[in-house]
Amino acid sequence: MAQYKLIAPLKEEDVIKLRIGDKVLLSGIIYTARDAAHKRIVELLDKGEKIPFDLQGSVIYYVGPTPARPGAVIGSAGPTTATRMDAYAPRLMKEGMKGMIAKGKRDDSVKEGMKQFKVVYFGATGGAGALISKCIKKSDVVCFEDLGPEAIRRLEVEDFPLIVVGDVYGGDLHIEGRKQWQKAG
Amino acid sequence: MRTIKSTEITEALKNLAIEKCYKIGDDILRGFDWALKNEKSETGREIIEQLKENAKIASQGIFPYCQDTGMAVLFVEVGQDLKIEGNLEEALQEGVRRAYVDGYLRKSVYKDPLRRVNTNDNTPAIIHYSIVEGDKLKIVFGAKGGGSENMSKLAMLKPSDGIEGVKKFVIDTVSTGGANACPPLVIGVGIGGNFEKCALLAKKAALRSFEVRNEDPFYAQLEEELKEKINNLGIGPNGLGGTVTVFGVNIEVFPCHLVALPVAVNINCHAARHGEIVL
Repeated sequence: MAQYKLIAPLKEEDVIKLRIGDKVLLSGIIYTARDAAHKRIVELLDKGEKIPFDLQGSVIYYVGPTPARPGAVIGSAGPTTATRMDAYAPRLMKEGMKGMIAKGKRDDSVKEGMKQFKVVYFGATGGAGALISKCIKKSDVVCFEDLGPEAIRRLEVEDFPLIVVGDVYGGDLHIEGRKQWQKAG
Repeated sequence: MRTIKSTEITEALKNLAIEKCYKIGDDILRGFDWALKNEKSETGREIIEQLKENAKIASQGIFPYCQDTGMAVLFVEVGQDLKIEGNLEEALQEGVRRAYVDGYLRKSVYKDPLRRVNTNDNTPAIIHYSIVEGDKLKIVFGAKGGGSENMSKLAMLKPSDGIEGVKKFVIDTVSTGGANACPPLVIGVGIGGNFEKCALLAKKAALRSFEVRNEDPFYAQLEEELKEKINNLGIGPNGLGGTVTVFGVNIEVFPCHLVALPVAVNINCHAARHGEIVL
C-alpha cells in the first residue's frame, strides 16, 4: 500500500499508478454532486448542452453538506453512499471525469467504466463529516442553487484523506478487504 | 394534575436534538476504544482513529458529527395524569424545526416521496405516541441517517424457519447492506408483533444503547451470538475489510400470531444518535 499526494484536477498518469488500499492526500479543486445534480448534468449532456464546469480531469465528491455557520467555509461535509450515483457515473467518465469520492459499493457498470476510461474511486470515511470539513478551504456554489444541500459546489481542498477503493485495473477494496478478514462459519 | 407548557417541550426537544447531532454518545466513544483494541486491519484502525478525531471536532459545536443529520424519529410517552397546555404535536414538530434551523443541521426531508421538494426545516418528524401511567412526559429522540435506513429490511418468516431463520435473515441483511451503512454499526432487530409492530420494534432497538442487553437471557445470548457472527463477516470499518463491523446487536420482541414470525432489521450507523429527556 503506497501513499501519494495528488492535486486535482487529475491526469491519467496520476490515476493509473493507484491501486486499491493506497492512501491519498488530495489537494486542489473538486466539485460536489449528488443524485439530483447528477440527473441534471446527464440531462444537459443528453441535450448536447454545455455544463457549467469543466469535466476534463475532474474529481466529483458525492456530498450534501450541512449549512455553514457564520464565518465557517462550509458545514459538516462527509461522503454519501455512492450506489445512488451508479446510474450516472459512466456517462460522466465518458466526458472526462477522472475521480469520484464517496463511500460504499459500486456496481459492475461503474467498475467497467473505470477500467475503460481510466477513472479512480476514492473512499472517504463515511460519517467523518466534521473532520473532512477541516480540509475544505473554500466553497462556492457553481450551479443548481435551488437544490439546496444538493447544489453543485466548487471546493478547494487541502490534504483530503482518501483510500483507493476502486482502481483502473478492476480492483475493489470492498471485495478484497472483506475476503482478507472474513472468518469461516 | 401536573401541567406542562408546550413551549417548555419545544425548547427541551430543540436542545436535545442539537446536542445529539454535535456530541456523540459516550457509549459510542467507548465503542471506538473497544474497536481499536479488536480491529485487526490497520486501515480499519486508522478509520476508527479518524472517527474519534471527528467526534472531538464535532463536540466543539461548529460542525455536526455527520452531514446527514437525519430525519427525526420520536418515541413519546405521555403520562395519563399530565395536562399539556397547548398542542403537543405542534410543540414537538416546532422543537425539531428549531433544532434543524437554529442548529445549522441539514434539512433532509422531502414533502412528497415522488414529487421531491424539500420542506426546508426537516419536519415533519416521525412521532410514535404511547399513553403510560404517571404525570411525566418522556421523549426518546433519534436523528436517523438515510444511508443506514436504506439498508434496513423486514421479512415475514414462517414459524418453521425458527431461530435459525431469524439469524440467517439478520446476518444476510448486514452482509448485503452493511458496507454502505457506515460501519461500525448498531443493529436493531425486531422479532414478533405483526408487520408494522415488527418494524417499530427494530427502530426502538436501533435507538437503544448497544451496551444494554435484552432483559431476557435467551435474547441477550442471541444478541451476543449475532454480534460475533456479523463481526466474522469481515466487512470492517467503512466496509473496507476488518474484524469490527458492529458495536452491538439489540433485539426487541413482542407476542405474535401463531402463523407468524416477522423479523425486521433496522441498521444504525456509528453515529447512532439517540437521547431522551423526561419532563
